Amino acid sequence: MADMTADMGNQESGLLTTADGKPLKAALAAAQVRAKRRAFILVLPLLAFIMLTFVAPIGQMLYRSVHNDGFSANMPNLVEWFSATEAGTEPDESAFAALAADLALARDAKSIGVVGTRINYELSGTRSLFTGTARKVSKMTPPFKEAIIKADKDWADLELWAVMRGASSAYTMNFYLAALDLTKDQKGDIVQVNENRRVYVLLFERTLILSALITVLCLILAYPVAHLLATLPLRYSNLLMIFVLLPFWTSLLVRTTSWIVLLQTQGVVNDLLVAANVIEDESRLQMIYNQMGTVIAMTHILLPFMILPLYSVMRPINPSYVRAARSLGATSWTAFRRIYFPQTLPGIAAGALLVFILAVGYYITPALVGGSDGQLISNLIAFHMTKSLNWSLAAALAALLLGGILILYWLYDRLIGIDNLKLG
Amino acid sequence: MKKTLILTTALSGFAFAASAQELTVMSWGGSYGVSQVEAYNKPFAAETGAKVTMVDADNPATPIKAQVEAGNVTIDVADVEYSDAVRLCDEGLIEPIDASMLPPAPDGTPATEDFIEGAITDCAVANIVWSTVMAYNTKNNPTAPDSIDDFFNTADFPGKRGLRKGAKANLEMALMGDGVPASEVYDVLDTEEGIARAFAKLDTIKDDVVWWEAGAQPPQLLADGEVVMSTAYNGRIFNAAVGEGQPFEIVWDGQILDFDLFVVPKGAPNLETAMKYIAFATDTQRLADQAKYIAYGPARKSSNALVDLYQDGKTEMGPQMPTAAANLGNALVNNFEFWADHDTELNERFNAWLAQ
Repeated sequence: MADMTADMGNQESGLLTTADGKPLKAALAAAQVRAKRRAFILVLPLLAFIMLTFVAPIGQMLYRSVHNDGFSANMPNLVEWFSATEAGTEPDESAFAALAADLALARDAKSIGVVGTRINYELSGTRSLFTGTARKVSKMTPPFKEAIIKADKDWADLELWAVMRGASSAYTMNFYLAALDLTKDQKGDIVQVNENRRVYVLLFERTLILSALITVLCLILAYPVAHLLATLPLRYSNLLMIFVLLPFWTSLLVRTTSWIVLLQTQGVVNDLLVAANVIEDESRLQMIYNQMGTVIAMTHILLPFMILPLYSVMRPINPSYVRAARSLGATSWTAFRRIYFPQTLPGIAAGALLVFILAVGYYITPALVGGSDGQLISNLIAFHMTKSLNWSLAAALAALLLGGILILYWLYDRLIGIDNLKLG
Repeated sequence: MKKTLILTTALSGFAFAASAQELTVMSWGGSYGVSQVEAYNKPFAAETGAKVTMVDADNPATPIKAQVEAGNVTIDVADVEYSDAVRLCDEGLIEPIDASMLPPAPDGTPATEDFIEGAITDCAVANIVWSTVMAYNTKNNPTAPDSIDDFFNTADFPGKRGLRKGAKANLEMALMGDGVPASEVYDVLDTEEGIARAFAKLDTIKDDVVWWEAGAQPPQLLADGEVVMSTAYNGRIFNAAVGEGQPFEIVWDGQILDFDLFVVPKGAPNLETAMKYIAFATDTQRLADQAKYIAYGPARKSSNALVDLYQDGKTEMGPQMPTAAANLGNALVNNFEFWADHDTELNERFNAWLAQ
């Protein structure tokens, strides 16, 4: 049979063909291309949506962490001087002439504030140096070096020139250094910033530790609840499920402010404790506006994200396995440990991953109830996005956070395996 | 780069259709926002037929940068602090405002002379003088604090303090609380030792501080008894005390005066109406009207004579103003240049200090 087909093929053209004479292989490929194209057109709206509203903005934001042309785009003459000279060259008359020309240029273009702000990120107090000198530069006459230094002696500072040289390229790693509490000294070596300005590493650590703590707390609280939900008869468990879902559907802000009402020093919990004579009126507990407030409120808010995956995994577990173990002589602890618990692992993995990743990026709750020591790294990202408007530094911090989470995700995949994840 | 940014934000955000009869004003919300709606927005709408929408923000200066850079400006007029107005102007994020379009005082004095010195800049026109003050709840303070020193004296005045989460105003108050006279505060703060001294003073009360961010929070914290005294915007305290009958008192010692100014973001959809609105809202009568609703001083000298009673019809507004002579004993005028310059550095330090 096989020989016959081969023979027939050989007789005609040496290839298998379809009824209309096209080679079979090509016809098949053409049909597949059509099917693929159709499938692609179907997912195209979603793909375009994700690209435009998710990938592109995030990509742009991350791009800002290495790219800031606030100085380089507005000071063309100085950029030219920097590229023509070597690092560490003393600024001479030609440098100052370029500076004077650029200051006048930037003032006319109303971009002098942008230039000053860019340098001010790395050398504080220099913003007004640019705006102030730019105001006077139109009246200056050569030699510019003398005139500019006379206007403000800070222009003679070599550190300033080193920073300007660094900023003369739009691409820089300095924002990543700053995000790790590092900076470049005058010689270009990487050193730690002054102790009273170190904050980011501390907050990264705190964010990871608190998120891990919240994940563990959520697991301890959610496991029995999910078990109860999964084993109760349906009409009771549905009612209980509503108690889980109701807070889940309630606005985040409402839940956070409810915790403020409950936990504040003049709040419900303290009032009850005082009324019950557990504590004195003068020594009311401080449970909010600190780390404790952040942990309590976030554990509550993230709890449903742990309960739901656990529930969905526990529900289909056949109770006869545990019964079988018990009837074969296992204690209830052994039956739980060796039979029940391993079957819930995919739910634990999913819940823990979900809660941890959400906790790492949380920002509203710590901002409201975190006080001073309950702040997380996302609060500083928000600070740089909305208050200091240093978007490059915010992007660098966010990129580090994203990178950290991807590494954790990778580790998780290696250790537990992402296939074991069950979200519902 | 910029094009893609425009494209994506235009697609993901809402683009409001520009119409000459619409205007969006962004301000600080709360009782201050209400005062502006009553004194400026409603009469402006009645006179021009424009539909004026008020939007709230914790600090309207911050959405401006985001909107202008994204090329998707939805605000026409915003109310910002002095240092922000200067910074936004330098960065080309707001439109220049031609001061000659501002109406003269009723007696004919040109606007440029009628406004308090510094109230008109290249890109901004002030509407009020406000101040950061220390306020307390009489119910929770057996002895009444009467100076800024008492704010930092937790031994004689035990209890929590409310402070705005940020370096501005706190460092100045810390120095004044440490005995530096108002006139020397910025000289001291310009030195490394001065900054260290301010932080050291804040250290003494760090464990007793509840940090607030929105201007509506301090009256709430004081009313709840969550703090016994707090820094606050004077108008908010006045409205809670006189308007809502809260037992709050203001300590004027060590107050920090500042302007709030109107600016127009670059690319505002209704530029012409925005300029008309600013000219309308900052005329003599309108500025005086605003003082009827909140205790912020008008930025025009000619308005002072027209300020009379609070909306309850019995409280004299004059003595409630931060600019009243009796309140200026030890008052500091916010140095916008200092903050435009050192904001980044000092807030970094403040954040590090706070996190430790």
